[in-house]
Amino acid sequence: MSDFRPAHEMHVRRFGRNLGVGLALLALLVIVFALTVVKVTRGDPMQAYDHQVRPEMLPLEDPAKVKAP
Amino acid sequence: MTDSRTFDTVPEASFGDYVQLLKPRVMSLVVFTALVGLLVAPVGVHPVVAVASILFIALGAGASGALNMWWDADIDAVMKRTKSRPIPSGQVLPGEALGLGLALSGIAVVMLALASNLFAAGLLAFTIVFYAVVYSMWLKRATPQNIVIGGAAGAFPPMIGWAVATGGVSIESLLMFALIFMWTPPHFWALALFMKEDYHTAGVPMLTVTHGRKSTRRHIFVYTVLLAPVGIAAAMTSIGGPLTLMVSLALNAWFLIGAWRILQRDEVAAEADKYAVEKAVFRFSLLYLFLHFGAFLAEAALRPYGFGGW
Repeated sequence: MSDFRPAHEMHVRRFGRNLGVGLALLALLVIVFALTVVKVTRGDPMQAYDHQVRPEMLPLEDPAKVKAP
Repeated sequence: MTDSRTFDTVPEASFGDYVQLLKPRVMSLVVFTALVGLLVAPVGVHPVVAVASILFIALGAGASGALNMWWDADIDAVMKRTKSRPIPSGQVLPGEALGLGLALSGIAVVMLALASNLFAAGLLAFTIVFYAVVYSMWLKRATPQNIVIGGAAGAFPPMIGWAVATGGVSIESLLMFALIFMWTPPHFWALALFMKEDYHTAGVPMLTVTHGRKSTRRHIFVYTVLLAPVGIAAAMTSIGGPLTLMVSLALNAWFLIGAWRILQRDEVAAEADKYAVEKAVFRFSLLYLFLHFGAFLAEAALRPYGFGGW
């Protein structure tokens, strides 16, 4: 029967490194999520058409294309 | 014959070794000055945006530190102060440092652009290129003015912090830049005076090596004289106030006295007391920067209560 327990100091060192990278990635995830929440709730200019044509978002130079629904 | 192989000679870097590549002590100064630049700006920033921006500015500074360590690994290996850094000590391979530096530079600049604005991100990108290419690759080994021009890289963080809030540049942010820019040469030359054999061994053209120590003492004094009006001018702008002006006058007077004492000494006197004055001025220069920027921050903190500012 084989034994899968780590048998080398290398495993311990790699655990520390992997844990560090994991925590760094988690921190990045938290920052990006928090930034997203802040920017969306503050209404930063990032709106899209959202299934319905919004005349105010169409280019100004071609107002003829805008028709009331 | 055996099938087993050992990998004992392969270096196994810990997470801490990679953190050391980012020069955490330099990062702490960057975080402080960038934070002051951001907080004293006349435009408020959402706390989450502020924290994220400062983190990405620090990450960019760290990335440029990793690129610097990759490029300077050969001279780091022969200098007493730097030979235990991760690359010369064999913990991290040069290619890893290059990869980490480039990757973190990209992440920091793109994330700062998304968190704040393109202008701040552009300034950060410029700072990284300035430190890694202009300072590390071109100037450091070419001219004794390396410290003067390279000091600009360390002077950008408060400007970037200000740009995060305002999206631009102003006289206040330029004066914060100038304050660190003019402060860097006397700070590092005081260090070079009592760390002499290190730069000699590495062949880095420090002023002490190329122009002699007497000339370095003169340079320290001249730059300290030029620094004083910058600090006082910054205290007269909207980020300053009576408190900053008093702090600035006291700090500059103290720094000038120290620089004058360095100018008056020769090597015999310095050797006799083991460079006590030079070491004291070097330590004071750190306090100078911390208190000067601390005064800007205090003005901004006191303003809501009717104090602070002009």
